[in-house]
Amino acid sequence: MNDLLHNFFDWELIRQVLPDLLTYGLANTLMLAVASALLGSVIGMVLAIMGLSRRRWARLPARVYTDLFRGLPAALTILMVGEGVFSAQVGWLASPYPVAVLALSLMSGAYIGEIFRSGIQSVDRGQGEACRALGLTHAQSLRLVVVPQGVRRVLPALVNQFIAIIKDSSLVYFLGLVTSQRELFRIGQDEAVASGNLSPLLATGLCYLILTVPLTHLVNHIDRRMREGSRPAPAADDRPVATATEGAPA
Amino acid sequence: MTTARAAGQRYRGASLRARDIRMRFGPVEVLRGADLDAAAGEVVCVIGPSGSGKSTLLRCLNGMETRTSGTVLLDGRDTADLDVNVLRQRVGMVFQHFNLFPNKTALQNVALALTHVKKMPRERAAEIALRRLGDVGLADRAGHRPAQLSGGQQQRVAIARALAMEPEVMLFDEVTSALDPELVKGVLELMAELARGGMTMIVVTHEMGFARRVADTVVFMDAGVVVEAGPPEQIFEAPASPRLAKFLSQVL
Ligand SMILES: Nc1ncnc2c1ncn2[C@@H]1O[C@H](COP(=O)(O)OP(=O)(O)O)[C@@H](O)[C@H]1O
Ligand SMILES: [Mg+2]
Repeated sequence: MNDLLHNFFDWELIRQVLPDLLTYGLANTLMLAVASALLGSVIGMVLAIMGLSRRRWARLPARVYTDLFRGLPAALTILMVGEGVFSAQVGWLASPYPVAVLALSLMSGAYIGEIFRSGIQSVDRGQGEACRALGLTHAQSLRLVVVPQGVRRVLPALVNQFIAIIKDSSLVYFLGLVTSQRELFRIGQDEAVASGNLSPLLATGLCYLILTVPLTHLVNHIDRRMREGSRPAPAADDRPVATATEGAPA
Repeated sequence: MTTARAAGQRYRGASLRARDIRMRFGPVEVLRGADLDAAAGEVVCVIGPSGSGKSTLLRCLNGMETRTSGTVLLDGRDTADLDVNVLRQRVGMVFQHFNLFPNKTALQNVALALTHVKKMPRERAAEIALRRLGDVGLADRAGHRPAQLSGGQQQRVAIARALAMEPEVMLFDEVTSALDPELVKGVLELMAELARGGMTMIVVTHEMGFARRVADTVVFMDAGVVVEAGPPEQIFEAPASPRLAKFLSQVL
């Protein structure tokens, strides 16, 4: 029993690993997650717009892409994209970070695309009609009116997706990192292996929770505010989507 | 509640003629050769049972629906030669459910198309938007969002938004149907004011009193065709077709 306790709560080991975790580990994980979320949002928006097009040749590739990247395990995608890019010897992509960001973005882009699409689809048709009746082009109506409304409704789902990216970023360790490049998981993993004790991983877990728990509460907060904010409004077309959290991976 | 203040405002209404408009949704022919005539500055009210194709006809006039065949002349010229976004600037539309942009203020609702379609600088667009809000009696609500306005006020903002584009024809599709009864009057008054100012208006409505008072021509539609058209006295006092007589007996 004491052994078990010691295996998880070796304060000395935790104290040793914490500086690395809190200085560059946390920063690296955040950098990976933020960059991937940004690029993933760009990919997602393109997919959403394509997916909502009236033209089959635009819808079909978006559909195939989405099915592909949502259907594969994250670890497999990261490894395949990573090794694929390394073997292609593309100069500036030769370091693990750009490759990891690329892989995470390709993957999260598929989820974010579905989130954007459901948000945009939930916007009342009358909004686009009002735009077109004023002489705005289809693209202007999307950019100025429909997309901003759609995105606001799915903010909770987007934050959930960001949490998923933070967690998935741990998989970057597959790609081989030099010491200063290590993110949270890899630092904890290395120390745990070196010491034969799980305490460093416990410290790592705490660091992830520092990032993710506030975000989860942010989701609940936005959710609540959207529900309350929309109540006095008589306009039926300004309700938040009921299924705001769908589309995020577990 | 403030009332409409468009009094004295002049509009450059243009003539609108629709000839033999046909339109099908899949296998169903919804419009089967409908005609409609509005001289410059005239008010045409379109009445008829639900599902008779009134909205579809209206939407064919500004290219919101693509007609199967038929011609629409604006100011005597074929609108098929116009860019559809130019046509829509010249033929404004107001909807049953207002369709205001909920996350923008009244002023921003009116100014949006001025900056992005007419490419005006922001200050100029805001200036004009404020003036149009003044025309509908809502200058003091410029900073309000739609949710903070009554239905009648929202509809008047929607009218101001359409007017800001300086249209030559305005299309109204049952614009008071979604309003609480006590708010209908203000909107109808505003529309009558536009009519007096010389705007050409095509008004789909269930407000028979309004049609009788304001319309130059009343058009009765049933099953995708115009069954009867004429001055209000003739339509309401001496309907020629049994279908119109039956319709009037149901709604009056
Ligand atoms: N987008 C659509 N797709 C299929 N059928 C439609 C569509 N819009 C209208 N219709 C049909 O066209 C007919 C006329 O509709 P509408 O013009 O809205 O009539 P009204 O405005 O006179 O009530 C109705 O039978 C309606 O079901
Ligand atoms: Mg209708």
